[in-house]
Amino acid sequence: MKVRLLYFARLREVFATGQETPELPAAVQTLADLLDWLRQRGGAWAEELAEGRAYRVAINQDLAERDAALHENDEVAIFPPVTGG
Amino acid sequence: MKIAVQTEAFDLAAEVGALYQANPKVGAVASFLGLVRDINEGQGVSTMSLEHYPGMTEKALIQIVAEARQRWEVLDATVIHRVGTLQPTEPIVLVAVASSHRGDAFAACEFIMDFLKTRAPFWKKEVTPAGEHWVDARESDDRAAARWSR
Repeated sequence: MKVRLLYFARLREVFATGQETPELPAAVQTLADLLDWLRQRGGAWAEELAEGRAYRVAINQDLAERDAALHENDEVAIFPPVTGG
Repeated sequence: MKIAVQTEAFDLAAEVGALYQANPKVGAVASFLGLVRDINEGQGVSTMSLEHYPGMTEKALIQIVAEARQRWEVLDATVIHRVGTLQPTEPIVLVAVASSHRGDAFAACEFIMDFLKTRAPFWKKEVTPAGEHWVDARESDDRAAARWSR
């Protein structure tokens, strides 16, 4: 399954990328699986996406919970808590 | 309803006027104007840089206004949020709500602002002569939004 990953603000800077379109292993079916898969990259990925760190995830531009299922071509965005207004 | 995310400045009087001038049912417009504060406390010039998530930002703002319309009598509403680089004292956000009576206008305006601050994907970065840093989210903003839970 292929998904489009987007990173914003501080996470975009520490990951040194704003977007990527990885081919996910078959075992990655949910948002929680995807986050585990990204943490396995180590370094900033493991640190920033660790349990307990404050970040938000949206699937197709709606905030999503960790048990949400992923689908082909989903747009998944990972970003820090928002600070607009 | 007007939802806009833009780099340009906006005309407060024109935006508020557009909410009532063509609609004699409007008896009240409540508006909130958010400004860039100089949080650098005079240690050189600081600017604010605003990033957003194009697409989701607009979608989130539309949902927030729609929820306000379910809770209160809202005849019309405008939300404008600026992005890009802004200087202290510059307007950054406008929320204006038109209703028949002030109670609904005040409440809906505050509700929209509280949810904008916690749900709409915008991020502020402060740029000072000493360097730049991302502004941290505030717990008080989460508490403000939580007040509206039913």
